[in-house]
Amino acid sequence: MMMLLNTIQIDDTFAEAFNMRGTRVIITAQNLKWAYHAANAMTGFATSVIGCGVEAGIERELTTEETPDGRPGVSILMFAMGSKVLMQQLETRMGQCILTCPTAAAFSGIDGEDKISLGKHLRYFGDGFQTSKLIDGKRYWRIPVMDGEFITEETTGMVRAIGGGNFLILATSQPAALAAAEVAIEAMKKVPNVIMPFPGGVVRSGSKVGSKYKTMFASTNDAFCPTLKGATNTELSPEIESVMEIVIDGLTFEDIALSMKVGIEAICNLGAASGVKRISAGNYGGKLGPHLFKLHDILNGSNS
Amino acid sequence: MNALTFTLKNALKFSVNCSALTPNSLESKSMTDIANTKVTYGNHSVQVTDLFDITGSDVTHIVFKNASNKMDYIGAHMSSGNITIEGNAGAYLGFTMKNGEIHCTGSAESYAACNMVGGLLKIDANVGDFLGAGSEGLRKGMRGGTVLIKGNAGDRVGDQMRRGLILIEGNVGDYCGSRMIAGTIGVLGNVGTYTAFNMHRGTLLLKNAPNLHATVQDCGTHTLPYLSLLFKSFKKYNTPFSQLSSQRVQRFVGDAAYKGNGEILILNA
Repeated sequence: MMMLLNTIQIDDTFAEAFNMRGTRVIITAQNLKWAYHAANAMTGFATSVIGCGVEAGIERELTTEETPDGRPGVSILMFAMGSKVLMQQLETRMGQCILTCPTAAAFSGIDGEDKISLGKHLRYFGDGFQTSKLIDGKRYWRIPVMDGEFITEETTGMVRAIGGGNFLILATSQPAALAAAEVAIEAMKKVPNVIMPFPGGVVRSGSKVGSKYKTMFASTNDAFCPTLKGATNTELSPEIESVMEIVIDGLTFEDIALSMKVGIEAICNLGAASGVKRISAGNYGGKLGPHLFKLHDILNGSNS
Repeated sequence: MNALTFTLKNALKFSVNCSALTPNSLESKSMTDIANTKVTYGNHSVQVTDLFDITGSDVTHIVFKNASNKMDYIGAHMSSGNITIEGNAGAYLGFTMKNGEIHCTGSAESYAACNMVGGLLKIDANVGDFLGAGSEGLRKGMRGGTVLIKGNAGDRVGDQMRRGLILIEGNVGDYCGSRMIAGTIGVLGNVGTYTAFNMHRGTLLLKNAPNLHATVQDCGTHTLPYLSLLFKSFKKYNTPFSQLSSQRVQRFVGDAAYKGNGEILILNA
């Protein structure tokens, strides 16, 4: 069934997403500038589990009333395909990005039945001078460092999450596709419990499963590459010159669905003048991922 | 329902062991059974009605009226409910207490919060020696919970304390934090000599600088961010500690004679 939203066509298709394990960490520092330095380092090189192990991003800024130690901070979300990788990546990134960042501290940002180490093992950096404090039922570690003391909570929660929600923006030019993506990202950043892990929240190199090369298990999504319209079984009409994808990881199905809805509606509000012609989504025929985000259902508010 | 109230009939000649009169030990008993409960008075056993008038029926809240300092082991092994002591309490108040709340409007004798594991113990006046310490033969003292003292405390506060929080608004005696293993003790008054003697770990948060012995070393004045977490946890208590905000402290570490890594923080340095 054809669906038009403010003249922009919404494909009758779906995004296919996978089960992941996720966690939230609160990073605080002397000011927001240093909280961002720490959080940006911790969520750097974390765009895709394919090559980075985890997908991570800054969820939002936190006020001084929202942080455990009353300092400015940000919350970050981190997702991985399994608990073991998540634990390993979290510890590594804590050690190299938060411990090292001046004035930064790290706290659990989510409760969960499963607890994973935040500072539990990092404490040994203190070489015997580390001390713990059990405050209101939570254990914190104080590790002496050259700028004073590094404070970290011992553990954070690990929850079941979903990764790989997505939609595609098909436009008449590259600047038009990117401008629309930027508008969508700004709107989606206001939705809690989700991150868009790629650079600026946008990915240009959407992939398909498999490749002609044996060593590659993912390769360029040629059906959506505008320069291959005559050379492959294309999904693009002649006027489409550029496609951008927004990938979403979130704590629940509803969080991702809401984020997709907000993003798509923000683009459609731009209208025909934006150069955006269609909104589509990436999937594998529904055979690989257990979560299907049907675009029409999401926009009609009937997703489940 | 009114609180189950035990009103002391006459002044006690001997100590009475009140450990049987806690919310969790009486919760499944009828009023008749409660009246027939045996308590140790001196060196013999008596019925509770021999010593107390009983009124009320809410066993989750027990009140001791006309309480005296010969009433030992009030709230011992308590795991739920509330106990209010109108008057003084004897030794071993809150002994091995696990949960719930005890409020003593007067003073308590020695070994209050001895072996305490959890819960909240509030004493509106003074307390004797060995607050939050371990009982004889044990290598660990208080292992959790919170103790709030409005008045003064005796010697050996937190001896071998392993975990938990003790906040004292008045003065404390000698050997505060002796052999302390972990936990936090705060004192707004003065402390006696040999503070932190053989201290292993843990934190003494002091308003006034004591005369520390040579094996406790000065580490300088610092701003410690973890104090914001600690002070935030004090906010829920009705105590001057809840007004603390400055994270600027002078930090001493010891007891070096014990290879200890305990810290003494002097507030508002």
